Amino acid sequence: MKDILEQLEGRRAEARLGGGQKRIDAQHAKGKLTARERIELLLDADSFEEFDMFVTHRATDFGMAENKVAGDGVVTGWGTINGRQVYVFSQDFTVLGGSLSETHAQKICKVMDMAMQNGAPVIGLNDSGGARIQEGVASLAGYAEVFQRNVLASGVVPQISVIMGPCAGGAVYSPAMTDFIFMVRESSYMFVTGPDVVKTVTNEVVTAEELGGAATHTRKSSVADGAFENDVVALTEVRRLVDFLPANNRAKPPVRPFFDDPGRIEPSLDTLIPDNANTPYDMKELIVKLADEGDFYEIQAEFAKNILTGFIRLEGSTVGVVANQPMVLAGCLDIDSSRKAARFVRFCDAFEIPLLTLVDVPGFLPGTGQELGGVIKHGAKLLFAYGEATVPKVTVITRKAYGGAYDVMSSKHLRGDLNYAWPTAEIAVMGAKGATEILYRSELGEPEKIAARTAEYERNFANPFKAAERGFIDEVILPHSTRKRLCRAFASLRGKRLSNPWKKHDNIPL
Amino acid sequence: MFKKILIANRGEIACRVIKTARRMGIATVAVYSDADRNALHVRMADEAVHIGPAPANRSYIVIDRIMAAIRETGAEAVHPGYGFLSENPKFAEALAEADVAFIGPPAKAIEAMGDKITSKRLAAEAGVSTVPGYMGLIADADEAVRISGEIGYPVMIKASAGGGGKGMRIAWKEDEVRDGFQSSKNEAASSFGDDRIFIEKFVTQPRHIEIQVLADAHGNTVYLNERECSIQRRNQKVIEEAPSPFLDEATRKAMGEQACALASAVGYTSAGTVEFIVDGERNFYFLEMNTRLQVEHPVTELITGIDLVEQMIRVANGETLSITQGDIGINGWAMESRLYAEDPYRGFLPSIGRLTRYRPPEEVAEADHAVRNDTGVFEGGEISMYYDPMIAKLCTWGPDRAAAIEAMRVALDSFEVEGIGHNLPFLSAVMDHPKFTSGDITTAFIAEEYPEGFNGVELPEAQLRRVAAAAAAMYRVAEIRRTRVSGRLDNHERKVGSDWVVDLQGVQFPVTVKADRAGATIAFADGAEHRVASDWTPGDQLARLDVDGTPLVMKVGKITGGFRLRTRGADLDVRVMSPRQAELAALMPVKAEADTSKLLLCPMPGLIVKVNVAEGDEVQEGQALCTVEAMKMENILRAERKGRVSKINAAEGDNLAVDDVIMEFE
Repeated sequence: MKDILEQLEGRRAEARLGGGQKRIDAQHAKGKLTARERIELLLDADSFEEFDMFVTHRATDFGMAENKVAGDGVVTGWGTINGRQVYVFSQDFTVLGGSLSETHAQKICKVMDMAMQNGAPVIGLNDSGGARIQEGVASLAGYAEVFQRNVLASGVVPQISVIMGPCAGGAVYSPAMTDFIFMVRESSYMFVTGPDVVKTVTNEVVTAEELGGAATHTRKSSVADGAFENDVVALTEVRRLVDFLPANNRAKPPVRPFFDDPGRIEPSLDTLIPDNANTPYDMKELIVKLADEGDFYEIQAEFAKNILTGFIRLEGSTVGVVANQPMVLAGCLDIDSSRKAARFVRFCDAFEIPLLTLVDVPGFLPGTGQELGGVIKHGAKLLFAYGEATVPKVTVITRKAYGGAYDVMSSKHLRGDLNYAWPTAEIAVMGAKGATEILYRSELGEPEKIAARTAEYERNFANPFKAAERGFIDEVILPHSTRKRLCRAFASLRGKRLSNPWKKHDNIPL
Repeated sequence: MFKKILIANRGEIACRVIKTARRMGIATVAVYSDADRNALHVRMADEAVHIGPAPANRSYIVIDRIMAAIRETGAEAVHPGYGFLSENPKFAEALAEADVAFIGPPAKAIEAMGDKITSKRLAAEAGVSTVPGYMGLIADADEAVRISGEIGYPVMIKASAGGGGKGMRIAWKEDEVRDGFQSSKNEAASSFGDDRIFIEKFVTQPRHIEIQVLADAHGNTVYLNERECSIQRRNQKVIEEAPSPFLDEATRKAMGEQACALASAVGYTSAGTVEFIVDGERNFYFLEMNTRLQVEHPVTELITGIDLVEQMIRVANGETLSITQGDIGINGWAMESRLYAEDPYRGFLPSIGRLTRYRPPEEVAEADHAVRNDTGVFEGGEISMYYDPMIAKLCTWGPDRAAAIEAMRVALDSFEVEGIGHNLPFLSAVMDHPKFTSGDITTAFIAEEYPEGFNGVELPEAQLRRVAAAAAAMYRVAEIRRTRVSGRLDNHERKVGSDWVVDLQGVQFPVTVKADRAGATIAFADGAEHRVASDWTPGDQLARLDVDGTPLVMKVGKITGGFRLRTRGADLDVRVMSPRQAELAALMPVKAEADTSKLLLCPMPGLIVKVNVAEGDEVQEGQALCTVEAMKMENILRAERKGRVSKINAAEGDNLAVDDVIMEFE
């Protein structure tokens, strides 16, 4: 027995060292932490329980029989984040470059299966050179096993990927199917084919950073949802995100004690909307002033900035926020903003997170770029997402709600539960100027007449009352009391039950 | 007494006048431009009249507009505040013609003192000592250079009609006289509609000390002690106090009597200020007389207990002064800090925008300290580019100078302003500057002590430890709250430890936190202990703590794994980590900031009025590259080093935002 205990200690110590001190030092020299260090930062102290520490691969080709390391390049197990259970896998770049073998994949699949069965989020910390070439198709099979589980877990438990090193080739498709992808600036990249292949095939010269760095994926491709300065910041922020998320699709969003009066009045919101309807303002100020303690966890902050998405808490409970941002492109909807918001809305709906929609939208962005890019189908994604969502939906129209974009933004007609408008709201088919130019085309040569028509249109339609008269707006609320109204609104919807007709699944316009 | 008065001004001074008028039972009328539709003075007044577009020269300084507002509302008297029409004799005359009382001096006195050349002559005649200078008008830059040579450098170039630092330049050599003459002339023309310029000797090592006078129309004139206004930046006052830490009773009396003599000589009535320059031997020279209420009048009110606005209204109403010289004493000490919408980290350039947060400290008047904040803005209001960037005057009072300074430190720490750049950190820095606290100051204080501009404050170790102790206690509270989230595994909750490492921008303090009901005791590695009492809860943006029995007030922002704290003018990114987290964080690389040294960035939102160079030009260090106009001030951007212009991205007439790239260098 003593022997076994000694052996256990020895084997554990060996496994903990991964690829050895030299490779650990090399990892540190690159500004990266090791797989186990990352888990330490991600989870509550002493809460990690490791599985499969002694697993090794079974390959024998290319001299692999002599090249075995306990754990096989990935550390897996479970632990807690602020006392709430999560499953985690963390690829170990010091072991064969974190490459994915059949057994490496099996370890990941094991924690994913457990996560789904026990209803807890899965967090993957990716740092891998890719498939283990020596294993050939066995490695590819391993990827596919993981992919299949990503698909099955989608909408069952939250899946979070943190890219903390290379992630190339087929490997990208596992994070791609998770709910959130975060990257570490300057030490991570993701691409299907790397700069060398790109050069050979298309003759384009591009760096790994340009092709798949954090800046590329947070600003241009929208593959990633956020980027952080370094490993420590990234993992701290993932902990912060997990605090907002339910454990699974049957659990309620978490609630925590809060130190902010739900009845807090914000007089400064009464002057948020500028006198001139064409002057932008920062919608983020509204979100922050509505949120408990001003805490807003923004998702995809760097992409499609004309729409804001993220999580806040009201009375301690998570709420997903979608808001048009008048500071960028006047807050219009376009291909990118529709896709960004649609994905966010669907995440919230899948995990029973109530939705708050703040509307100031002048319409869809016109132009050939948009039409040829398929704005019809992309715009429809957001429409579809709101239409199918059965979570509590509360909407506040702060200013413009024009045309089809009004319908899209969680309108009453898409089963909005409570639709509020500020007195500054203008709910109409379009702006006064455009409308009069169409309605009174024959008078276009007479500026005075047109001005009078425009003024008449503004009197009639540039207000929330036409919509309120029809019940499309439940109540006109004052900006300063918006937080109070929203807290009450979501409180009133805590018992909401609504389901869609039975279907195998829907057919969202992808 | 008047039943209704109109205040021909805006901002804090309009609000200030309205307060006194209301106390006296007088109805008030505000006037406002397009930009001030929702301004505080409009909200406070009983009535408000719109007087035109945003630029002051189309609204606040258009006499006809004000006269129309008076007719419309039936106001019986007008208080002009400072700036705008306050020292415009034509306005005083127009009021006299319309039989409306002017709450200020007679037109003649304004005229006599408003022109710096005439005022010096009159002062000399009245027996007031004056600075050597050239009193005549100067035709062109060549003549300016010749005259400067005769007076001897350094010289001061001033707009004849100027005030508040506008149209004023100091020149140490010929080039600077040429540059300064032209820019003074331009600024004078645009600010005052009068481009006359004069030149005088610039007294080195000077203090700016001014005497407040008050006169009625019945021949009574008194002085209400002095104000020391030496803390100035580019001739713009920043911090004022009363009394001066430098004057003795004899000098005070001599200055006061000369000031009264001058006031009497020009038939002055109402409140006025005689400005002196005082050298190290307590020789004083007349600078100018301001024939209006001064910006910094509250410090005088705080040490004398006299409401100057009330006195001005009474004098304008024909009353005899009820105060005699013998009644006026000095009670304690008062400080004033001017809060400017200027970013000290960007060379004090103007900042405009929405005040997303504006929470001044609470006003109090107690036996051992007082706080007063004269303000013209409110949370949610807009700071526009059209007017003076001063948004508030924070005043404190204490039984002595040290107490007034200490009260100011706490008040500044408690002042929350967000949305715009502002000089609160700089004001805090001055309050902790040993030279300032000793009272050893001159008008060159800021230029000498902050020659490279203001780059933030580095707190001494003792102060850092207080902040570290506070941060550890606060972070622990925040972390414990995080463990109270719902859905946790029962009996397997996270335990928040007591050992922490507080990282204050690279300086690490390992501490142990022992919390109890009343607060926490923070033990440092060297055995030192700090006691922190606090009712801070997560989300509070202002932390009022007590560390070892003395108050520590900090603004609290969010950063990953810690707080952004601001106290005593220092901005600190504070991270609080478990010892293991700290160990791992130490492995993280320090990343270099993006190199902007080869770019000329627009330092403030503004209008490009002139581009002096072309692409491909070689430029020398200090060479003017372009001029950006913001808040009526022309700011010349100069080359930081020698180089060649590779690309110019902005043209004259362009409106730029902060950090827009104006030009690039090779």
